[in-house]
Amino acid sequence: MALLALDNVTKAFGGLVAVKELTFELDAGGIAAMIGPNGAGKSTVFNLITGIYAPSSGSIDFDGRSLRGLRTNRIAARGIARTFQNIRLFAFMSALDNVMTGRHARMGASMFDSLLHTPRQRAEERRVRERARELLKFVDLERAGASYARNLPYGSQRRLEIARALASDPKLLLLDEPAAGMNPREKDELIALIGRIRDSGVTVFLIEHDMNLVMNVSERVTVLDHGEKIAEGSPDAVRRDERVIEAYLGRADGAA
Amino acid sequence: MTRRHAALGFLGLALVVYPFVDRNNSHVDFLANAGAFILLALGLNIVVGFAGLLDLGYAAFFAIGSYSYAMLASQQFGIHVPFWLMLLIAPVVAALFGLLLGAPTLRLRGDYLAIVTLGFGEIVPQTFLNLSQYTNGPNGISSLDQPSLFGHAFGFSATPYYYVLLGLIALGILAARNLQNSRLGRAWMAIREDELAARHMGINTTATKLAAFALGASFSGLAGVVYAAKLDLVSPDEFGFNVSVLVLSMLVLGGMGNIWGVIVGSFVLSFINSFLLPQSTSLAHAAGFVNVDFTNYRFMLYGVILVTMMLFRPEGLIPSRQRAAEFHEAILDPALAAQEQSEYEGVAR
Repeated sequence: MALLALDNVTKAFGGLVAVKELTFELDAGGIAAMIGPNGAGKSTVFNLITGIYAPSSGSIDFDGRSLRGLRTNRIAARGIARTFQNIRLFAFMSALDNVMTGRHARMGASMFDSLLHTPRQRAEERRVRERARELLKFVDLERAGASYARNLPYGSQRRLEIARALASDPKLLLLDEPAAGMNPREKDELIALIGRIRDSGVTVFLIEHDMNLVMNVSERVTVLDHGEKIAEGSPDAVRRDERVIEAYLGRADGAA
Repeated sequence: MTRRHAALGFLGLALVVYPFVDRNNSHVDFLANAGAFILLALGLNIVVGFAGLLDLGYAAFFAIGSYSYAMLASQQFGIHVPFWLMLLIAPVVAALFGLLLGAPTLRLRGDYLAIVTLGFGEIVPQTFLNLSQYTNGPNGISSLDQPSLFGHAFGFSATPYYYVLLGLIALGILAARNLQNSRLGRAWMAIREDELAARHMGINTTATKLAAFALGASFSGLAGVVYAAKLDLVSPDEFGFNVSVLVLSMLVLGGMGNIWGVIVGSFVLSFINSFLLPQSTSLAHAAGFVNVDFTNYRFMLYGVILVTMMLFRPEGLIPSRQRAAEFHEAILDPALAAQEQSEYEGVAR
């Protein structure tokens, strides 16, 4: 059964239709990508999935249940984590605290536990700190734990955001242009990292402009143009699809 | 770390024996009043320093704490709840009013929230002023119950209040530190740094902000009870906007977000306010300058201090690590700088 299913989802901002009658399914496991020219509505799709926007019509199901009416924090608790196109780390918190904050939804400490530092709270903090250190190691940032997120180099910030997202043990990880601003070496490392995330059992769905990366890592590609799905399939099939070529390069005979 | 503990232990001991060394009741009285403001500042620090919610009406909760003691422990209604029990009840009452204020307003951000809290800070003393059948209006409520411990009434000495406040401050410091290093504390800071990202971490931002308002208010509920009992009187003009601003200035001076900074800031301002200015005035009078009253220059002096701080040390005397970094660390990464530039332009558009 599909992990994520969008059924006929439309999102309009006033007269502007950002996403139009979009239907697609994402199976559990594996890496899928969404591509499309600038302004095609890709980030809007992420914002619809995570509850930042409510769909104007249509429905989104995750893990067999509807996400309708759920607020962003509830959706995060259901098991959808994400990173942002413009990095949104907690700038003046340490890298370790950033990752520990990512665990928030999976922690049980109440206000009184936090106030009194009950034995249960202390044990949980220890476990979460340990897990956060593991995750920093997983993204090759084990030595950056004490640094402010803001002071890390750009590529490291991107990886820290991924570690923070993974801290909630998500079923689905949404990566919004994870390779933006990275140099070729960093991109190679990122490709390896995304592979490791998939191998750990997390389904990855990414938006990316870097075609090389998309074609390298993803098993399935959805192409969006002007808010509509114009193609979907394996990277090779999509690459040869005439509508995709047209969307990116314009029509060969110039009749567009 | 052990050195720090030793220093703290020594400071604690010095504060405990202080009233035995200095027999001047007015000095102890000053310290007790300063203690009430330290408690207030610790509470406001949770709201403004940790969670980043600018509250300009914090004195309202101080008023609610004071009036709850005045109404529940005096001849006013013939109700006499013991002082020690009120130390449990008043923080809960203040916290409930914190929720009451928070619930409808926390969807507002930044300046808008500040304006609403400003309004709340004006409404509460006005309400106590106008409900004169319950509060005696401008005259306030006097002859409050004397606290007593094991049958010994506190009397008019400041010393017992000094010890109560010392104990409450110690507990307040512990509570604030615990909160700072906890799931809730991280959630507050996450909201302060980036509310949208915080929501994506599964943080219920509304509930988390409400917790900050309620816990912050409970500190001033405690301060209110002790302050009212010590003064033996409450009246609506003690809780005006200037008190909210005074406490906020204490945070700015000391270092927002840093517990020790906040304590130092409130001590310094209290010292100027209730000791330095009155004492220098009486010295001037003794020296023959009878027309001088330095206490009139109080707010000018605060102003000068705040402007000077903003110019030379905006992060406060003892800043939190975050604040120091915010004000002094250059952005080292050109890509990050470029991104900030583009985000800034995005905002400008």
